[in-house]
Amino acid sequence: MNVTSVDLPVTKITLHNGLDVLVHEDHQLPIIAVNIWYHVGSKNEQPGRTGFAHLFEHLMFEGSEHCNTGYFPPLQQAGAAVNGSTNADRTNYWEVVPSNAIDLALWLESDRMGHLLPALTQERFETQRAVVLNERRQNYENRPYGLAIAAVMERLFPPDHPYHWLTIGAVDDLHAMQLDEVQNFFRTYYHPANASLSLAGNIDTDTAFKLAEQYFGDIPAGPSPPRPIVSAALSGEVRLVLEDRVEMPRVYMAWHSPAMFAEGDAEMDLISDLLANGKASRLYRVLVYERRIALDVSAFQSSLEIGGFFLLVATGLAGTPLTSLVFAIDEIINEVCQEGPRISELKRAQAQTEAHFVYRLQTVGGFGGKSDQLNAYNVFTKDPEFFSADLHRYQIATSDSVRQVASQVLVPKQRVVLSVVPHEQGQLALTDSELVSVS
Amino acid sequence: MTKVDRTRLPDLGQESQFTFPVIQSHRLSNGLTLRTAEHRSVPVITFHLQVWAGLGFDPSELAGLAGITADMLDEGTAKLSTLAISEALADIGAELNIDVGPDVTNVSLTTLTRFADKGATLLADLVTCPSLRDEDFKRVKQLRLDRLRQLNDVPPAVAERVFLQLLYQDHPYGHLAIGSEQTLQAMQLEDVQQFHLQRYRPENATLIVVGAESHSTLLAITERTFGQWQPRNSSARKRRRPPDSHNLTSTVRLAVVPRAQAPQSHVRIGQLSAKRNSPDYPALVVMNRILGGDFVSRINLNLREDKGYTYGARTGFDWRCGPAPFSLEVAVDSRATVDAIQESIFELSAIRGSRPTTNKELMVAKASLTRGYPRSFETARSIAHGVAQLTQYDLPDQYFEEFIPSISAVEIDDVTQVANTYLQPDQLITLIVGDQQLIAPSVESLGLGKPVVLSPEGLTS
Repeated sequence: MNVTSVDLPVTKITLHNGLDVLVHEDHQLPIIAVNIWYHVGSKNEQPGRTGFAHLFEHLMFEGSEHCNTGYFPPLQQAGAAVNGSTNADRTNYWEVVPSNAIDLALWLESDRMGHLLPALTQERFETQRAVVLNERRQNYENRPYGLAIAAVMERLFPPDHPYHWLTIGAVDDLHAMQLDEVQNFFRTYYHPANASLSLAGNIDTDTAFKLAEQYFGDIPAGPSPPRPIVSAALSGEVRLVLEDRVEMPRVYMAWHSPAMFAEGDAEMDLISDLLANGKASRLYRVLVYERRIALDVSAFQSSLEIGGFFLLVATGLAGTPLTSLVFAIDEIINEVCQEGPRISELKRAQAQTEAHFVYRLQTVGGFGGKSDQLNAYNVFTKDPEFFSADLHRYQIATSDSVRQVASQVLVPKQRVVLSVVPHEQGQLALTDSELVSVS
Repeated sequence: MTKVDRTRLPDLGQESQFTFPVIQSHRLSNGLTLRTAEHRSVPVITFHLQVWAGLGFDPSELAGLAGITADMLDEGTAKLSTLAISEALADIGAELNIDVGPDVTNVSLTTLTRFADKGATLLADLVTCPSLRDEDFKRVKQLRLDRLRQLNDVPPAVAERVFLQLLYQDHPYGHLAIGSEQTLQAMQLEDVQQFHLQRYRPENATLIVVGAESHSTLLAITERTFGQWQPRNSSARKRRRPPDSHNLTSTVRLAVVPRAQAPQSHVRIGQLSAKRNSPDYPALVVMNRILGGDFVSRINLNLREDKGYTYGARTGFDWRCGPAPFSLEVAVDSRATVDAIQESIFELSAIRGSRPTTNKELMVAKASLTRGYPRSFETARSIAHGVAQLTQYDLPDQYFEEFIPSISAVEIDDVTQVANTYLQPDQLITLIVGDQQLIAPSVESLGLGKPVVLSPEGLTS
């Protein structure tokens, strides 16, 4: 088969203050993507102060010392798209600007990296706290099954493990935060030596490096922040039940799995494909198509920096106990662990993966665009050129390597199984499940 | 190295020229319209088939027919079983998207250029000869009934369903693509077969192909793969567009769908406005940017950045061939429901005259629309989507080049005028999905009368 060449070329320098600068040229459109990662996420928070990293991200858009009227107006007027996000391991910020606004974007990004605090008032802090509480209501509390993941994480990871809590944080913690804590957080994590700047698009590499030095070069480096390293393991199967305002019962099954880019991580991605991606996948075919005991099923390898988890979710029929659904899922997982995938199945999952690597080359900016991928590789592997090595991990997987990883990870006695059931229908949950509540 | 001047923001440099994709239109001998565009940055190709088979063609007693028909397309063909289709898509790493809109159903397939013929063959097979078997129909129907049941717990979905009903009443635009339990239950396989036979015809469709090949190659691929699609009895040609929905006025001003103890109220405020191909379109788009179409817009700055009532508030048009809804959508802290609605209605009214558009607002809105426009042409799929819009609304091949000048020409008076034409405070419908008990004491202070209480299905009790 004629294999498409798939690559994401990049040039990297590190400024004297420690800021990594990555440049990828793509002159298709007159636009440039500016993308900054700060190597900080909810993993760096402490119990009692969860939600901090994400609330902080909101404050980064409220203005900085020399542009004290908000981050959006000048960029929007220049024709830019702007956003940011926080997860357990990192916080990213991006703009996609017309080429003629590159100075503006770098000026603004460097102003908030170097000069945020003078613009940070108590009033802005209070407003964004309220906004975040509303974000939590909208995306978690007022959404069916919205708190299920929180319930799973709280038991999959012990209380002192930084993946124990969700990035959005706990309501009480959000209420407890003080402005001076925000200031300390900024000084610890928001400086050039803890950041990576990626520029992709209609700009030549030398100009990009020159501009990066010009705008960011005089921002002082801070100390290297602490990096939490905590391991987690389950000693048995944990069964939980959560009652929610839902019509259909649903089961969440979670296992510890390899960390991002660690051995076995790619295999777990392939396993999620062959279990639940498409109607011919093993779980969909049996549960939804043939036996019709589920409405939907999905599987996902969530690989994070210091550990991963594999999550399987299936929604059952109204009024039907989840026991038989879990039994059927276990049979199929057991098959994969015993026999591995058929060659045709593996080839198909690999073909899909390869196509998706090509699709990932279509956009320069935004979430998942080329500039964002380069920062991911740089921050997590220190090698921004990791794109083709990343693809290679999937290409060299074999039926046997997939079988081995599956049997190491998908152990029935080391997992969390959460039943989410309609109120007053606790009997639909797996037997011996402990009733939990998440607020 | 010169020190950065932080006393002022840097000026913008010279604007770069941008060449919009060139669209070529062709017609195959079977009547299928083809529009092609070359896009060479990545070896990816998108086939986007647009069929006049949207939910606006649903018979009233069979709401959901267009939706379930589209859902049946990838459930098996004369050559392939349901599972074989899924495997064939995966073999070429293809992404299949099926979207049932008010007027048209869009079926698009994106794959690697080297699989172009396989992808087009597969798409043609799905659309032109689905097997429409009874056993698949029963399974798909049951899945859709279950999904419908789940929607009742999803506040934005409930709001969308009930709001469309309030706006369009009995017009087919007044229901979701999934239909209702009653109409879905009533549906038979023969209805699906009939709908497919009548509407999925080459002369009733446009194929848009965008990819890393020349126009002539894209045309040749299409002729090879879609050339055999037979036009059916062309003398019995069906109406091309859904029935007109003029002169609909609702008597309901305020409605509540109770959701006990909900931490937020999901709110919609709006009314029917213009058609997509109206000459007022540029001024309306600018008005929307100023009011609530963007982060930096009046309503978002008011409700989010000033008051902290919400994670975000947005206004927008849900375009279609007939008059489109213009509405605000926002989820607010339940305790702030009435205040947020008051502020929103104030903003929707003020732009008509008491607080007209300022020069600065006009400039920012126009600049963000025009300067950001090239971003819409980055991927084969986004270009195909853009061309599909032109097709649906009878806009010319040169439209992309006309967009920026048309927006640049909008003046403050134009915005004020369209605001007065299309935003009538006494016509606005306000819908709340939220904790009725909590808001009941204050909701009548809105001056919109006693709220009509509706079920999640939009029925009065």
